[in-house]
Amino acid sequence: MTPLTFFPLAALIVAAALGVILNRHPIRSGLCLAATLFLLAIMFVFLDAHLVAALQIIVYAGAILVLFLFVIMLLNLEAELPQRRRQNLTIAATVAGGLFAAAGIYALFTSGGQLPGPGTAAAPPLEFGSSAALGYRLFTHFVLPFEITAVLLLVAVLGAVVLAKKKMS
Amino acid sequence: MVPATYYLALSIVLFVIGAVGFLIRRNLIIMFMSIELMLNAANLAFVTFARQQLAMDGQVIVFFVMTVAAGEVAVGLAIIIALFRHRETLNADEVRMLRW
Repeated sequence: MTPLTFFPLAALIVAAALGVILNRHPIRSGLCLAATLFLLAIMFVFLDAHLVAALQIIVYAGAILVLFLFVIMLLNLEAELPQRRRQNLTIAATVAGGLFAAAGIYALFTSGGQLPGPGTAAAPPLEFGSSAALGYRLFTHFVLPFEITAVLLLVAVLGAVVLAKKKMS
Repeated sequence: MVPATYYLALSIVLFVIGAVGFLIRRNLIIMFMSIELMLNAANLAFVTFARQQLAMDGQVIVFFVMTVAAGEVAVGLAIIIALFRHRETLNADEVRMLRW
């Protein structure tokens, strides 16, 4: 990925992410989140993570986001009113977050040493990022976590049903 | 080619946006979306490192993160629905039963 495509894409991602947290209305935040997720999927394609990019769109933008929008519309939320008494916390959180980001980026760019590995310029093997390569790794080295994930999803489904159903009394 | 540090910088910025959003917003659903932003920032870092090392493991971890995020959203939104049914509000400041 050349800088010419990276920087506009990164700027769009950051703008969409800011839209998520700055919009007063939950629906608009949700749509901004959708934009962020789609743009990140494009970023994944450029990083040769093709299956992950597809999953990002199917699972995140498809399933998780629809669930969000569904709940927002179900609860019929109105826009949040600006609250004056919380302004101190807002400023403090923004400053702390800005400092954290600045420290992290400073550490990244001044640590001097190169990151280990062949790097992003090296040509990946043909299989890299394909569903075959990911599936092979998943069903050999990561097979136990994979099975545990199945149990986790089952428990999550049960928990969601129990929590959201009406009280029988 | 853009070096991996740039992707990691973007990941840090995304994570911080999510963390700040979680702190400054009081709407539970938007706080939830901020958590999703943070998870996605972590995913970006994982994919970047997978590309940097040319190892598939980072992408497998992203697969797991997505699964956990899906489960978390299902349960979290169920809690939000149950809460709204009880209290008619989604403002985190008004839900303070367990706070000292």
